[in-house]
Amino acid sequence: MQIIVVGCGNVGSTLTEQLSSEGHNITVIDADNQKLQNLVNSNDVMGVIGNGVSFAVQKEAGVEHAHLLIAVTGSDEVNLLCCLIARKTGGCHTIARVRNPIYSMEIAYIKEELGLSMIVNPELAAAQAMARLLKFPSAITIDTFIKGRVEVVKYRVGADSILCDQTLQQINSRLKADVLICTVERDENVYIPSGNFIIRERDEISIVGTTQKTLAFFKKLGAAVTRARNAMIIGGGEISFYLAKQLLAMGLQIKIIEIDKERCEELSELLPGAVIIHGDGTDRNLLMQEGIMQTEAFVSLTNVDEENIMLSLFAKSLTKAKLITNVHRISYDEIIDSLDIGSVIYPKYLTAENIIKYVRAMDNSLGSNIETLYRLNDNRVEALEFYIKEGSPVVGIPLQNLQIKPNILICAINHRGTITIPGGQSIIQVGDTVIVVTTNTGLNDIRDILK
Amino acid sequence: MNYSIIRYILFRVLEFAGIFLILPCLVAIIYHEKAGFAFAAVMVVCIVAAQIGKQWKPKSNIFYAREGFVTVSLTWILLSIVGALPFYISREIPNFVDALFETVSGFTTTGGSILSDVECLSRSVQFWRLFTHWIGGMGVLVFIIAVLPLSGGYNMHLMRAESPGPSVGKLVPRVQSTAKILYGIYIAITLLEIILLKISGMGFYDSVVLSFSTMGTGGFGVLNSSVGSYAITSQVIITVFMILGGLNFNVYYLLVVARKPKDAIMHEEARTFILITLIASVLITLDIRGYYSSTALAFKDAVFQVASMGSSTGFSTINFDLWPSFSKAVLFVVMAIGACAGSTGGGLKVSRIMILVQDAKHELLRVVHPQILKKPHVEGRAVEDTTVRSIQSYLMIYLMIYIISFLVLSLDKYDFTSNFTAVMANINNTGPGFNAVGPACNYGGYSVISKFVLMFDMITGRLELLPMLILFSPNTWKKY
Repeated sequence: MQIIVVGCGNVGSTLTEQLSSEGHNITVIDADNQKLQNLVNSNDVMGVIGNGVSFAVQKEAGVEHAHLLIAVTGSDEVNLLCCLIARKTGGCHTIARVRNPIYSMEIAYIKEELGLSMIVNPELAAAQAMARLLKFPSAITIDTFIKGRVEVVKYRVGADSILCDQTLQQINSRLKADVLICTVERDENVYIPSGNFIIRERDEISIVGTTQKTLAFFKKLGAAVTRARNAMIIGGGEISFYLAKQLLAMGLQIKIIEIDKERCEELSELLPGAVIIHGDGTDRNLLMQEGIMQTEAFVSLTNVDEENIMLSLFAKSLTKAKLITNVHRISYDEIIDSLDIGSVIYPKYLTAENIIKYVRAMDNSLGSNIETLYRLNDNRVEALEFYIKEGSPVVGIPLQNLQIKPNILICAINHRGTITIPGGQSIIQVGDTVIVVTTNTGLNDIRDILK
Repeated sequence: MNYSIIRYILFRVLEFAGIFLILPCLVAIIYHEKAGFAFAAVMVVCIVAAQIGKQWKPKSNIFYAREGFVTVSLTWILLSIVGALPFYISREIPNFVDALFETVSGFTTTGGSILSDVECLSRSVQFWRLFTHWIGGMGVLVFIIAVLPLSGGYNMHLMRAESPGPSVGKLVPRVQSTAKILYGIYIAITLLEIILLKISGMGFYDSVVLSFSTMGTGGFGVLNSSVGSYAITSQVIITVFMILGGLNFNVYYLLVVARKPKDAIMHEEARTFILITLIASVLITLDIRGYYSSTALAFKDAVFQVASMGSSTGFSTINFDLWPSFSKAVLFVVMAIGACAGSTGGGLKVSRIMILVQDAKHELLRVVHPQILKKPHVEGRAVEDTTVRSIQSYLMIYLMIYIISFLVLSLDKYDFTSNFTAVMANINNTGPGFNAVGPACNYGGYSVISKFVLMFDMITGRLELLPMLILFSPNTWKKY
């Protein structure tokens, strides 16, 4: 597809990289020559210098032939105007980033009236991801499939876990939980495990199942399943606001520490249920005084990534609280991951991910049979949702009799709204949707999973 | 420096060199020529070596501007050596240095020969000489990029290092699509010229190979008289296509693919190039009018020669070395300016001259208004200071290479004018100079050292100076 990206900041460049590597033709518009030059030098994309709102600049970027324009500059108004102009000129789909909470309240109206295809709000998306994690503290990440009905929960196997040194078959017969371990990440490798695969300590396993079944599985494991009852949030930015609002609605006790007096006052008006502390969140004494030892969840959301990581390390040393760290900018993902500070949220990836999902869906409506496509484990694993049509070769045969290629796993079947986690006896029927997890990329049709 | 990926790309280049060599083999089969065995032997060796070398996969895909520049210059050196082998093996150019000179001159679209008699060459050897012009004109790596789906971001670095012009932009977001469009346009115009030349009464073989030579703005011919003995209509057609080859290919993109004829017509660089050609032709016509029976005939030769030197082709219809000094001086200036950026021609490039002239004007303005801020504009866009600075250093480096080459050449037996114009004709990829290297003469008389200097100048000029110099800079080869 021909895609125009306006703005090459954090999200813009992440998007450009990923969409370009997926084979789309990208043109990037930005007013900053140097930034644009850097992006164009490292990716096979075209750059146009100028203001993305300008009709002439958009035309130069080829808006007339574009399928999609994504506006992710720093300013909401510029983004909306970009989309409006692109819509009127080229009639393409448009996606805008809008982050101001005032607009967020009216998002449906704006979307409708301006004819936008999608509005993304990185802060809101980050807050939602964090809230999901706090509901279920054992997970490192949680992804959802089939409109939220199937969850993929990533979990790190601890030294004392009963999963250690067991084959999958043993685990199955012992726990009898109706879930599936679909990927195992060990050191640098990702495996799609078979029945005699042995789980080791420190493996990161991804478990597929419905929400209740997963919960049951973790209960049998003895892992923490009860959600946190209180949370301490350091930093009072937009993410904190969205997060606090959701957590308050879930009934958690919230404490926000923010350094700016005015922002504190603002927050105390917006969030009457939360305790707002005016102070430096990196002050050790203050944290002790405010009860860091007793907190069940600790979320670091200051504007400085290094501070967030430091705070999480500090909290880890003192408590057993669920840790969530926000990383905006820095790109040393693997170093951060190696620190073992629980869940790390990268708003730029989340936003890019959401947009890419939309792009894939758009692309798929133009061709292949994939309903949706998700990337797991740093893009090394794909989860694809296929719709099963009449005459498909997988219909009506028990899964154990299907000749399926290695490194492919059918991990959920949606039969008219009922989700089954399939075993060897399960049968796929016409009209079902199935989720296939694989490390082989490039599957286009359910046929491709067969040998 | 990532040696493994450079090695991998060079093996791919070798493979393509082998594929290109199939064409002269076919020509040899059609005309039943013995030289075909030489081509076939080199072709088989290239393809087999490439198939083996290709299995040796690169260790990492790290590829930056430095790797791009080194790969491009090594590619050109490799191609020149491989391309020279058939000449040498077939014994049609028995001296290897001469064969190498001829090939370098071919790939760089210079067109300066060491042969005094080109008519005695067999047809397949002749074909290969002129085909090197065509493939070298647009670039070998650009061709490979267009054909092979090279993954990763590194093809932009290759394309940037191989394409002529101060700043290489893309026509469309993907490098590969850009390369495909460029070659598509190139092939289309070449076919058009072949058809027109055939209609004008030229033989089929001559039409094909001369079209290669014209569109690559090369300059090798099939007759000793260059194109002087063809019909006047053929000469006029060649004049037009030399100018077309010297135009910025963006113009054709705007015209044919993007369908913005207004933008194409308003292309500043193309207009300036045509304007320079016209003014120079008129000046020369006025100067040489007396030697001709009619002004029209004088004008025809003047335009032909200006187009030939300006686009850096190097064809001749008459021996312009016999023209008066003023005409020769005009030709020399036109030769120095050269063709447009993004064309197949050489020279300093019209857009560089446009920027330098504007910059010089602004320097004068700065005396009157010391605080003035002004940037040169090309195609309605301000040129960044960094670009202006790099063009200034480009000119400086150009002059330095020029002076050093001139000094070395002066050790040889020829006179001042010959040496001075020989360097110009080679570094600008034009071909003929004046006096001993004039259109009626050749480079065969120079010593081996001088020939190597000129070969270096040709490749350096074709690759826009930096890639070749970087190859010889110790910093490039440092690990850290």
